[in-house]
Amino acid sequence: MTTKTLFDKIWDSHVVQQVEGGPDVLYIDRHLVHEVTSPVAFLGLETRGLKVFRPENTIATPDHNVPTINQHMTIQEELSRHQVDMLTRNCEKHGIQLCGLNHPWHGIVHVIGPELGITQPGRTIVCGDSHTSTHGAFGAIAFGIGTSEVEMVLASQCILQPKPKRMRISVEGTLKKGVTAKDIALYIISKISTSGGTGHFIEYAGSAIRSLSMEGRMTICNMSIESGARGGMIAPDETTFNYIKGREYAPKGEEWDKAVAYWNTLKSDEDAVFDTEYTYDAADIEPMITYGTNPGMGTGITRNIPLGDDLAGSDKLTFEKSLQYMGYHAGERLLGKPIDYVFVGSCTNGRIEDLRAFAGFIRGKKKAPGVTAWIVPGSKQVEKAAQEEGLIDILNEAGFELRQPGCSACLAMNDDKIPEGKYAVSTSNRNFEGRQGPGARTLLASPLTAAAAAVTGMITDPREFLIDY
Amino acid sequence: MSYDKFTTITSPAVPLPVENVDTDQIIPARFLKAVERKGFGDNLFRDWRYDRSGLPKADFVLNNPVYSGQILVGGKNFGSGSSREHAAWAIYDYGFRVVVSSFFADIFKNNALNNGLLPVVVSAEFLQKIFNTIESDPKAEFTVDLASQTFTNVTSGESEPFDINPYKKHCLMNGLDDIDFLVSLKDEIAEFEKTRL
Ligand code: SF4
Repeated sequence: MTTKTLFDKIWDSHVVQQVEGGPDVLYIDRHLVHEVTSPVAFLGLETRGLKVFRPENTIATPDHNVPTINQHMTIQEELSRHQVDMLTRNCEKHGIQLCGLNHPWHGIVHVIGPELGITQPGRTIVCGDSHTSTHGAFGAIAFGIGTSEVEMVLASQCILQPKPKRMRISVEGTLKKGVTAKDIALYIISKISTSGGTGHFIEYAGSAIRSLSMEGRMTICNMSIESGARGGMIAPDETTFNYIKGREYAPKGEEWDKAVAYWNTLKSDEDAVFDTEYTYDAADIEPMITYGTNPGMGTGITRNIPLGDDLAGSDKLTFEKSLQYMGYHAGERLLGKPIDYVFVGSCTNGRIEDLRAFAGFIRGKKKAPGVTAWIVPGSKQVEKAAQEEGLIDILNEAGFELRQPGCSACLAMNDDKIPEGKYAVSTSNRNFEGRQGPGARTLLASPLTAAAAAVTGMITDPREFLIDY
Repeated sequence: MSYDKFTTITSPAVPLPVENVDTDQIIPARFLKAVERKGFGDNLFRDWRYDRSGLPKADFVLNNPVYSGQILVGGKNFGSGSSREHAAWAIYDYGFRVVVSSFFADIFKNNALNNGLLPVVVSAEFLQKIFNTIESDPKAEFTVDLASQTFTNVTSGESEPFDINPYKKHCLMNGLDDIDFLVSLKDEIAEFEKTRL
């Protein structure tokens, strides 16, 4: 068989060896490292007396548990400080580029990779973090790995992986006003469920996907893992090349031309075969919001919570348990439900376009009294751009403030925890029980929907305001 | 890392008939701050197991002394969400050697296999029968035989074969890990790199 998918082309060109009856030895071009999933891997290397095999292809940043205020000061919380210090020590010891706190490149690992031009088409990229799928937006094979696998890559720049199956999800047509990449992602997961992508690598295609900016594409690929898929990818095109050009680690001069020539070959052959295919119509997608405790429990914002009549047995119990946690009832209307917190940030929606969308929406409006909002840029560079574009002033005038970069309330490892029982409209990617703090209730949505909730204090369809948006 | 060789286990099982058990439930993020692979079992299922003041919740299965054993039986799509390997460490550290479900999330499955924890996939019907058996007798025993790749409900005598990648099976049965193998390929890897530049 000579026809290949985009995924096959990149994967096959990275196989160093096939283990008999086993997984492939896959070569990894770039390895991203953060403070939480790496210390045990570095310790493992040391115990074996090994060095990092290719430190020049490895880059690190502390993002998961850093505070989002007073980053110039010593981290107060002892265990977090210890992890961040360990990362610094390990990077120094092994000669790894570290984008530490206060470094101009600091930020969430999946925001800085693309921003620095490290994420490039045709590459294999891994990180001890499931949202590594974000980088697939550039036509790369990027996926999250466990700590044992981090150790494998540190030791050998390779990983043992069985080759996943191929899935293509096409979204055709034009998105309606007020509908964003985040809504596409939540829509797809609500259709195929949180296990629908398991065992697969997804290629997103279709005119609605093509029309997205790189940042929108990253949002979609980021959430691939929420459908259970190993990763997601989008074939590179002019939009991709324009984004990469001129960035810190981007190829320059002649190298650039060579790279683009190669990148242009990175697409699925016309008659390539996928193990699974889905096609959706962009016009069917509304602004989405979740009502339950996994990212598949989402619906169009004007709809009611499902009745769950079609469920039986353990599916039904799981559904009921989830609504009970959320303090919701089957069949209830979502619009108008009060909310307490708004979180804008994370590797899903913490980039400059997201802040622009949020600031554009709230310009001239006021934060609802009683709502606490945390607006957290994905990186130092995003923070800087927000400053230069005057977004911070818009935020401040409306009663919001910008914090400092990090994962923050996305997983609440630092102090940014949503209190028990409170409702948070969040632009992050997971609404699991306790994800944003013990007992916290998360409603996943786009930055626009988060903005609408921030100014009204309730679940609100952002399209109601779109005339003056 | 090194773990005990896996051959055959016969043990009662602990039932957790919940679907989509995500790794944030298995080990919440706030317990990921250690820099060593020790002690995660204490916080396994932390927020289901203990209330906010740290007292055990009587209705959670791990707090019910009737249930014990080295086998954890979960609902479908077990281990979804975050890639944190701490989830596999916590389950292993607590004392489980096998997790049974009708469906596992990919990364969790890899992480488990890399840490001597065997994920066993059975059919949805067989899973239900396991839950039923434990419900009528919490001390009912099950046998996991890795060599023959079978999972047996000792009470009913019924058994089901399960799949495992032959390479991973070899590693588990011999307590081997992947890193030694990969490091032994260094020359091949360096050769391969030349073709990529
Ligand atoms: S922002 Fe959230 S999802 Fe992204 S890397 Fe950080 S914790 Fe993970």
